[in-house]
Amino acid sequence: MYSEKVMDHFQNPRNVGEIADADGVGEVGNLRCGDIMRISIKVKDNVIEDIKFRTFGCGAAIATSSMITELVKGKTLEEAEEISNRHVAEALGGLPPVKMHCSNLAADALKAAIADYKKRTQQHGG
Amino acid sequence: MRRVYLDYAATTPVRREVFEAMVPYLTEKFGNPSSVHWFGREIRKDVDEARERVAEALNASPQEIYFTSGGTESDNMAILGTAAALRNKGRHVITSAVEHHAALDACLSLEKQGYRVTVLPVDKYGMVDPADLEAAIAEDTILVSIMHANNEVGTIQPIKELAAIARKHGVLFHTDAVQTIGAIPVDVRELGVDLLSLSGHKIYGPKGIGALYVRKGVRLSNIAFGGAQERKLRPGTENVAGIMGLATAVELAVAEQQETYEKLVVLRDKLIDGLTAVPDVKLNGHPQQRLPGNVNVSVERVEGESLILSLDMAGIAVSSGSACTSGSLEPSHVLMAMGLDHQSAHGSLRLTLGKGTSAEDIDHVLSVFPGVVQRLRDMSPLRKSGEE
Repeated sequence: MYSEKVMDHFQNPRNVGEIADADGVGEVGNLRCGDIMRISIKVKDNVIEDIKFRTFGCGAAIATSSMITELVKGKTLEEAEEISNRHVAEALGGLPPVKMHCSNLAADALKAAIADYKKRTQQHGG
Repeated sequence: MRRVYLDYAATTPVRREVFEAMVPYLTEKFGNPSSVHWFGREIRKDVDEARERVAEALNASPQEIYFTSGGTESDNMAILGTAAALRNKGRHVITSAVEHHAALDACLSLEKQGYRVTVLPVDKYGMVDPADLEAAIAEDTILVSIMHANNEVGTIQPIKELAAIARKHGVLFHTDAVQTIGAIPVDVRELGVDLLSLSGHKIYGPKGIGALYVRKGVRLSNIAFGGAQERKLRPGTENVAGIMGLATAVELAVAEQQETYEKLVVLRDKLIDGLTAVPDVKLNGHPQQRLPGNVNVSVERVEGESLILSLDMAGIAVSSGSACTSGSLEPSHVLMAMGLDHQSAHGSLRLTLGKGTSAEDIDHVLSVFPGVVQRLRDMSPLRKSGEE
């Protein structure tokens, strides 16, 4: 049911954890659906220098979280914001249709982390 | 890699004796039992004999046994067939919140036809309270359908007591015994039920065959249309090989029930003890009134499908009640009815034991399980209060 790439990311997830002095943190999902993703980012000169995730969820939820950390590391914030949940699924060689909706939230978690970063810097600047 | 199958409640392999009983009917004995010529007549005799064997194993009469395509069809026939036959007597049906969807959804489908359906609640162990049944029976109640034991959490219902309440009020009682044949005693007279469903592939028989016991004198309407097979209640050319396999499977399951129970309970309890020794792993279902082969636990802060995948990579086949494995967005209705919170329901794991299960298999699972849980917990954003 899952592609080899999904299973690889599930088995060997990249960038698991939490950045202690993160510049932005985003969390999406809820226990009702059974998926919660938290992404923390470190930003330097508008570039995502480091990114880590923690996920409670199924294989697809863990694989999409892992995949997005690989996709955006070293990217500018604008480039990172361009990435959609669909892009993440495609990068994994596709997901079962039933998983497209519920477990494919990594891009949302990343956007929430970037929004948090922007809020923090604005507050800091203001 | 060692491979361990712990999903016997999902399906079982066909045992050798069953396979051998079937082969002639897939090859040289291919006749249609409805045929007039000797080719068919010979098969008719064998089908009748199989019916006698199934009846004897359940303490029923042969004319009370109807062959079906499996548990789902048996449940549908029992519920929809009774409702249709008794529609002028009353339009109220009672079931429980933990039924298999084959029974629960059949009951709920009656709502669209103007029937009232009462879904009885269960306690935290998944048990129906007989007092709730007593209170729910009304003037127009025609049928109660409550499963013998639950397929997810293994809780055994007090069927004898529940059936007696229904009988006292002149209401028919159906039970789904798909999980109990061969696991605990199933005697239709002793249980006092009017209708009972069973399935072949849960008891080392083939898939696509089952049976429905209908007590003599109970009137059912047919829900499918066609020929006169199974006294018109279940039209369609008989699955002869399946019927022959089912008869052998039921016979052996019942003959070996006591031995199976004693063997599985020991392994089950060893598995329960080992799994629940891991912090924040809790048993679901009744600690005593439980199927001998059923283990169901909730692993806090971890989601069920990721547990299944991880165990699968270690060669261990199990299942879960998480939303991801139920094919819907909601976790198991059984666990939710028992009052589990979403996290515990999503983090449930079902391990079901059977003939092939050995003590070494249990040891293997218990050696793999803590590491799998730790890995996923390390990945989880959920933390036990007090943790970093």
